[in-house]
Amino acid sequence: MNADKVLDAKGLACPMPIVKTRKEMKDMDSGQVLEIQATDKGASADLTAWAKSGGHELMEQQVDGDVLKFWIKKG
Amino acid sequence: MSAKAMTAAQVARKVMDNEPLFILDVRNGDAFADWKIEGGNIQYLNIPYFDLLDGVEEVIDQLPNDRDILVVCAKEGSSIMVADMLAEEGVETAYLAGGMKAWSEHLEPVKVSDLKDGGELYQFVRVGKGCLSYMAISNGEAAIIDATRMTDVFLNFAQEKGATIKHVFDTHLHADHISGGRYIAEATGAVYYLPPADANGVTFDYTALESGFEAGIGSSKVEALYTPGHTIGSTSFIVDDQYLMTGDILFIDSIGRPDLAGLAEDWVGDLRESLYERYQALTNELTVLPAHFMIMDELNEDGSVAKKLGDLFKENHGLNIADEQEFRDMVTKNLPPQPNAYEDIRKTNMGQITPEDEMQREMEIGPNRCAVR
Repeated sequence: MNADKVLDAKGLACPMPIVKTRKEMKDMDSGQVLEIQATDKGASADLTAWAKSGGHELMEQQVDGDVLKFWIKKG
Repeated sequence: MSAKAMTAAQVARKVMDNEPLFILDVRNGDAFADWKIEGGNIQYLNIPYFDLLDGVEEVIDQLPNDRDILVVCAKEGSSIMVADMLAEEGVETAYLAGGMKAWSEHLEPVKVSDLKDGGELYQFVRVGKGCLSYMAISNGEAAIIDATRMTDVFLNFAQEKGATIKHVFDTHLHADHISGGRYIAEATGAVYYLPPADANGVTFDYTALESGFEAGIGSSKVEALYTPGHTIGSTSFIVDDQYLMTGDILFIDSIGRPDLAGLAEDWVGDLRESLYERYQALTNELTVLPAHFMIMDELNEDGSVAKKLGDLFKENHGLNIADEQEFRDMVTKNLPPQPNAYEDIRKTNMGQITPEDEMQREMEIGPNRCAVR
C-alpha cells in the first residue's frame, strides 16, 4: 500500500508511537496516508482507537515479523 | 514535581482493606471495559492517554480531592506521562508501577489457617487476575497446589518458612494462566503431579495423579479426589480432612465451565456428577478453597477466598439447579467469552510451546473467565 510518509516508531514504548503519529499527522493534509511501523504490541489496539476518536481512517494493518505496520488516512 | 509510583502490592493491600481509591485509567476504552482493577471502594474515570496529549486541564475538574488518585495504563509509560502532566498542574497522583501487567502478576499471600502441630495453610491471591494458589507447610515440608508462573514467589516463601517443597500439584491442565508447577518441581527436586486424563499431549515427565492418592507433608496430609467436569482430569484435594481445594469445579459464587478444552457437551454430565454427587458425599464442614474468584465480593474480610461447603450448598446457585436440562443449558449455552489466548496457554502448559517471558505475560492479560454463573 502506498503512503505519503513513513514513520519509524520501532523500538518505542507506549505512549511514544501515538505521540509521534499524532505529530506527523499534524503536518499532513487531509486524505494523505501515513505508514507507521511499530514493535510495541499495544500499538495495534491504541492506534485503532486513536484513529477512530480523531476521525482518521485506519485503512490497513499488517504484521511483518516483529514489526506491526499501519496505514492511516488523515481525516 | 514528578509523580510517584505505587506498586501493585500497595494497590492490592488497599483493595483488600477496602480503602478508598480513585483510578484514572488511561488505556483505551475496550481494554478498560474488558479488564480493570476491581475493588469495593474504587471510583473510576477512563480517558485514553491519547485524548490527553493536548493537556489535562479538562480532567482536573473530574478528579476528587478527598481520596488517593492512581493513574493506570497497560505497562506504565502512558500513566507516567499523564501523572507528570497532572503534577505540573499541581494535582498530586501516583501511577501504577509496571501497569496492568504488574497488576496481573502480583500475588498476595494470605494465611487461611493453622494446621496441626504448628503447620500453616496459605492462599496466594492473584488479585488482578483472580487466580488462587495454595501452600501447605508442616514440620519443614511444603506442598503447593496450582502454582502460577511467578515461581520465585513460591520458592522464596517456602525458603522464608524454612520448608522444603516436596509435592507440587495441579488440579487440572489450566487454560487461563500458565502453570509454574513443573518449574518449581525442577528447581526443588519435588514431585510434579498432573491428572493423567488431562495430560494427553504433555511433552514433559510428570507423576500421574490418581484418585485416592495421599501425600504426607510433615504432620499433615493431602488426598486427591477425582472430580471431572471443567476438564476430564480435574481433581480436588482434601487437606487434613478439613480443607477442600476444588480447582475450577466449584467457586464461591459460581461453578466451573466445561468448554475450555472444546468438549462442553461431553463433560457436562461429569461436572454435574462431581458437584451433585461427589461433593455431596463429603462433610459440610469442609472449607472450600477454589482456584479462582471472579468478583471482589467473593473475598472474605481478611482477603482470603474460602467458605464452608455446607454454606455453598445453600447459597451457590450452580449447586441448586434440580433440573438436569436446565443445568446442561446453563453450562453450555450463552457462556462468557473464553480467557485470552486460552488455546496457546493450554499448549504452553502441555510443554508443546515455550513462549518468551514477555509473550507469556501478554497471553495472560485479562480476567480468568473460568466460571459460569
